[in-house]
Amino acid sequence: MSQNFSIGDRVRVRAAYPPGHVRTPYYTRGKEGVVMGLAAVMANAETLAYGADGKPDIPIYRVSFPQTQLWPDYAGDPSDTAVVDIYEHWLVAAGGSKT
Amino acid sequence: MSDHPQPHPFQPDIEDSPFTRYQVMAESVIELLTEKGVFSADDMRRTLERIDAITPAQGSRAVARAWVDEAFRARLLDNVNAATAELGIDAGPIPIRAVENTADVHNVIVCTLCSCYPRMLLGLPPDWYKSRAYRSSVVREPRAVLEAFGTHIPDGVEVRVHDSTAELRYMVIPMRPAGTTDLDEAGLAELVSRDAMIGTAVI
Repeated sequence: MSQNFSIGDRVRVRAAYPPGHVRTPYYTRGKEGVVMGLAAVMANAETLAYGADGKPDIPIYRVSFPQTQLWPDYAGDPSDTAVVDIYEHWLVAAGGSKT
Repeated sequence: MSDHPQPHPFQPDIEDSPFTRYQVMAESVIELLTEKGVFSADDMRRTLERIDAITPAQGSRAVARAWVDEAFRARLLDNVNAATAELGIDAGPIPIRAVENTADVHNVIVCTLCSCYPRMLLGLPPDWYKSRAYRSSVVREPRAVLEAFGTHIPDGVEVRVHDSTAELRYMVIPMRPAGTTDLDEAGLAELVSRDAMIGTAVI
């Protein structure tokens, strides 16, 4: 299937808080990062967990977040990052421009 | 000193705490599948023994090969499951991604949501990997956690935490230590510790 994002795209994780088997960590919600690459195209774990077939498959991206973006009081080196695998339906384009 | 020694404090056995909801569910599913003949108790035992028998040595072999064989290193970074199959290692059906430490980047692995771990390559995870303390702090203050493991990453080197939240598992390819040019591949593999492949240690 086609993918909505490519390497270098700036994305924002939706600040949504649905119940259920959600694979998007809280600490990334509403945060901006950069797509490092496509991790996989896989069945949707959020529906698969409840007996559905998880179709259609969804692209999962490796999204890189600066630690200083995730934690405003981050005390480590400003170059530190966290890379999180995030399903496409959790991502929206951020900032408008590609880096 | 008392004439009457204090009794040794009572230490509860595992069975002294009640089954949790998830233990009950797991046991029930196993019993149902066994009763229905989907698999036998012997199948279950064999599978558990196979998983228990996996050790980090498999991952160490792959890392050592990557250190001595540039083309293999590229294939390992491209597809761990396919590359390790060349070494006769069955890394299982779940895709594993290798991330490589360099002079500029130090990688460390966590699963903040549960305990995803490349079991088919590294064996069962250490208990601390599954602990809430490690999972919550390594993504929040990775350098402090690494220091607690005795691992100092200098400023200017990016600490990159990989949170395996979804369908991938991760392993770290540590940097080959200096002064190891006289070691053969088997000797190199002995240097590669489990924690170095999680990223909490350097070699």
